[in-house]
Amino acid sequence: MNKLKINVILIVLVIVIGVLPLMIFSGLGEDQGYFGGSDDAAGEVIEATGFEPWYSSFWEPPSGEIASLLFAVQAAIGAIIIGYFFGYWRAEAKYKQDK
Amino acid sequence: MHIMEGFLPWYWCVFWFVVSIPVIAYGIYKIKKVTDETPESKSLLAVSGAFMFVLSSLKIPSVTGSCSHPTGNGLGATLFGPAVASVLALIVLLFQAILLAHGGLTTLGANVFSMGIVGPFVAWLIYKLLNKTGINSAISIFFAAFLGDLLTYVTTAIQLSLAFPQPSFTSALSVFMGIFAVTQIPLAIAEGLLTVVIWNGLTSYKPYLLEKLKVLNPKENSSSKTES
Repeated sequence: MNKLKINVILIVLVIVIGVLPLMIFSGLGEDQGYFGGSDDAAGEVIEATGFEPWYSSFWEPPSGEIASLLFAVQAAIGAIIIGYFFGYWRAEAKYKQDK
Repeated sequence: MHIMEGFLPWYWCVFWFVVSIPVIAYGIYKIKKVTDETPESKSLLAVSGAFMFVLSSLKIPSVTGSCSHPTGNGLGATLFGPAVASVLALIVLLFQAILLAHGGLTTLGANVFSMGIVGPFVAWLIYKLLNKTGINSAISIFFAAFLGDLLTYVTTAIQLSLAFPQPSFTSALSVFMGIFAVTQIPLAIAEGLLTVVIWNGLTSYKPYLLEKLKVLNPKENSSSKTES
């Protein structure tokens, strides 16, 4: 089995891992307390102990839209770099074999 | 695994900064050293950092019904050692703390310790151990990335239990482990699988460079070269 086939199988498995929870908790959403962030869940536990956060972020994305924009920018920066170098390396390897 | 801004007592913030800063300093020294000795490894360093950028931006739902994200720290740790991965994690955590209010500047030291130090160290160690036994490098990197991711979140749970041992350390630990570690198990598996995808590309296109960085056995390498 070549590496390309293995990679396709691996990516399908990752998609299954991501989609499975959506099927298990189908119909439930944020209002029922599902699919929130684990960071926030920990924050609630800490606040329940009576601890008051003593400093808050000096800037926060003003809305969920802006936050998703910045997350997408973060992913895009990473993806461009990975894609650029893998394309470069692939051509480099091919060129060397041709010689 | 982000401890939110202001969510640690100040003395714990100071403590984790004191622990993390020397590792970051050593990591910067190591980056300089490896890029001086092997200039062609710069592209690999960029890809390792970029991989961390992508993975830590993906918030994936888990079977516990809450969302969390992978860390991507296993790849850089395996390729360049844990201290270099610490520097890469610092860059990601700064980006998220400043632009996304995700994590924070006061808790930066604590978050670098979990995502940049413990996770990468575990990943690096697991890869070294498995690689010595002669197991295929793709399988080794799966377990390295899986455990590096999982232990990052276990570390966060321990850090919070140390800071908030109410009513006791062990009961706090079971609560925080439930929030972070259990949620993380399927995501850590996903991270392991995605790291193998990148790894397969690296071993196909850059086998000599991996050999030079001493992450690939020359023996396995010769077989993968003919295969690709």
